[in-house]
Amino acid sequence: MNMAIINGHVIDPSQNIDGPKDVSIKGRKIQGLYPRGKAPEADKIIDAADCIVVPGLVDIHTHLREPGFEYKETIQTGTMAAVKGGFTTVCCMPNTDPVNDSVEVTEFIREKSLKEGACSVYPIGAITTGQKSEELTELEALLKAGCIAFSDDGRPVTNSLIMRRALEYSKIFNVPIISHCEDLMLSEGGVMNEGFVSTIVGLRGIPKAAEETMVARDLSLCELTGGRLHIAHVSTAGSVKLIRDAKSRGINVTAETCPHYFSLTDEAIISYDTNLKVNPPIRTADDVEAIKEGLKDGTIDAIATDHAPHHLDDKNLEFDAAAFGISDLETAFALGLRLVDQGILDLKHLIRKMTLTPSNIMGIRKGSLVVDSDADVAIIDTEKEFKVDSSEFLSKGKNSPFNRWPLKGTVEKTISAGKVCEWK
Amino acid sequence: MIKSKDLLGIKELTSEEIYHILDTASGFRDVLKRDIKKVPPLRGKTVVSLFFEPSTRTKTSFALAAKRLSADFVNFSVSTSSVVKGESIRDTALTIQALGADFVVIRHGSSGVPHFLSSILDMSVINAGDGANEHPTQALLDLFTIQSHKKSFKGLNVAIVGDIAHSRVAKSNIYALKKLGAEVRLICPPTLTPAGIEKLGVEVFHSMDEGVKKTDVIMTLRLQLERQSKGFLPSLKEYYKLYGLTTERLKLAKHNAMVMHPGPMNRGVEIGSAVADGPQSVILEQVTNGLAVRMAVLYLLAGVKK
Repeated sequence: MNMAIINGHVIDPSQNIDGPKDVSIKGRKIQGLYPRGKAPEADKIIDAADCIVVPGLVDIHTHLREPGFEYKETIQTGTMAAVKGGFTTVCCMPNTDPVNDSVEVTEFIREKSLKEGACSVYPIGAITTGQKSEELTELEALLKAGCIAFSDDGRPVTNSLIMRRALEYSKIFNVPIISHCEDLMLSEGGVMNEGFVSTIVGLRGIPKAAEETMVARDLSLCELTGGRLHIAHVSTAGSVKLIRDAKSRGINVTAETCPHYFSLTDEAIISYDTNLKVNPPIRTADDVEAIKEGLKDGTIDAIATDHAPHHLDDKNLEFDAAAFGISDLETAFALGLRLVDQGILDLKHLIRKMTLTPSNIMGIRKGSLVVDSDADVAIIDTEKEFKVDSSEFLSKGKNSPFNRWPLKGTVEKTISAGKVCEWK
Repeated sequence: MIKSKDLLGIKELTSEEIYHILDTASGFRDVLKRDIKKVPPLRGKTVVSLFFEPSTRTKTSFALAAKRLSADFVNFSVSTSSVVKGESIRDTALTIQALGADFVVIRHGSSGVPHFLSSILDMSVINAGDGANEHPTQALLDLFTIQSHKKSFKGLNVAIVGDIAHSRVAKSNIYALKKLGAEVRLICPPTLTPAGIEKLGVEVFHSMDEGVKKTDVIMTLRLQLERQSKGFLPSLKEYYKLYGLTTERLKLAKHNAMVMHPGPMNRGVEIGSAVADGPQSVILEQVTNGLAVRMAVLYLLAGVKK
């Protein structure tokens, strides 16, 4: 089947395109971009008037929870949430049950996502068996089964020697090692950022140094080994500074942050709303400013969601006992658009950080509308206002601190591999 | 008038409300001096205590306060063991409400639990200590005790000594004393100083000798003995040497300085016996006053329209 998306404003950073274009899709592939009205005839016409037409967004940090925690999310519900949020590619973290440290689990995720997934799913394999920081997983076998990168996300690799080996050994395959930077001794028992606000509410703090000391360690190891390091969910001004400095010295590092780290400060926790509980924690206004600066100057390459859905029972508890995590897929782009309104990023730059750069970090052919690439497209009305209603999330996780926030920017249609996704 | 049906913390009270509670407590103190110590205002009301941390004195104080006001008092036993995962706090609280209680007096190791319960319950929630957040009735009874010895809070110099970082008593007292115009100094080792605390308008001292100079009131805090194993302190002996309230140190304060302690005391750790039992100590008076203050809180909250 042929499809044409007409009257839209195409932004495709991979080809440096930012203007009125029609998009032609043939089967599962992009046939080409054409001047308005010049697209070849098609069986199906989609009118994208007043909308931007962009490559389907790419999330390199998603928790789909399957296998093991299907009551929190499944591959099916997680990918539905993704396409509703404009994402057509998600890279899922291995902290499932069992952990994705084996060919069997990777194949299970691949097969299940091909059968039930609404978009492309790329598994991220564990760096160490059982995420225990003891032994490396079989990287070659996992890559062959479909993994694209490695991470022990949810946990740091506590053993510095193993982290060194991971960065060294992964050079055979030129794949990124994604680091969840947290010194568990420093963060022990903490549930929010350590600072004045944690003092006021009386909750145990996680100091910024718990993240920064590990960022510094991993940058050192990256320099030592020449491996490919990707720093997940950067949350502090100090981390931004360390990464900026490392990049200026030519260290092979990339970094991501998440919408909550540039949209919220820890002051919100005065309410004890457990939807604000996330790891790393929401920091202070100074950190938010530094994260924005890092996004602007390229220190932070990509915006990822760290979509971490939880069941209500895991959140409807005292703050100390509630689970860490935010259901982010369905609000991420609209929160990103606020950066455009604030003059931090221009729209093209934002799209780049949610399509092309994340794809490049992971080494996948996604996030582009170039001829013959996968027909993954998001059609977004960047002016349309809406109020977040987490009860309407397609994700099983309704745990959003952005519930009831007025935002701008609605995903009107998402096309994944040439198929229009239905969710309305 | 008290505006809220709940007593969550001193943070949430105005100075007028604080004075109103103290004035009311003063009336109940007179009641407690009578031969017949029981009055009828809460007859037919039920107070349930829900304590997730071990406590004898606070629970007993609330129980007696409720009984002196003719309320029924029931203790809802919960396992305080963190190993046994019981029902959720939400379910427990809703159960107590369904039993028809009018007040729940809650103590929990997690900060914010009273606030969480307040958002789901129609009944009155009284915070009897939540994590490192607040212990409002302790601060109120401390104020009440100070008030009966000093003319005014304005300009009064109060030193709080010890493990400020983990102390809900310190936090509630800081808020309360600042609201009433007192000057507050905190004396604590750097490892037990909470982040950014000076933003509350208090002065922080790491030297006890410096900190107690010319103070009107010295509040010593209980040191949880496990702080040593967590690396906050090298030894209890060293703690006493640096921060223990001894007779010599007390001499650095004003001659009529009051010595207070929320109890239970670790003699020889945060306070010397000669000071605890000495003429400047009001520690047992605090306990007696706790009863009057808790009666006042129950009485006033019962009058708030829900």
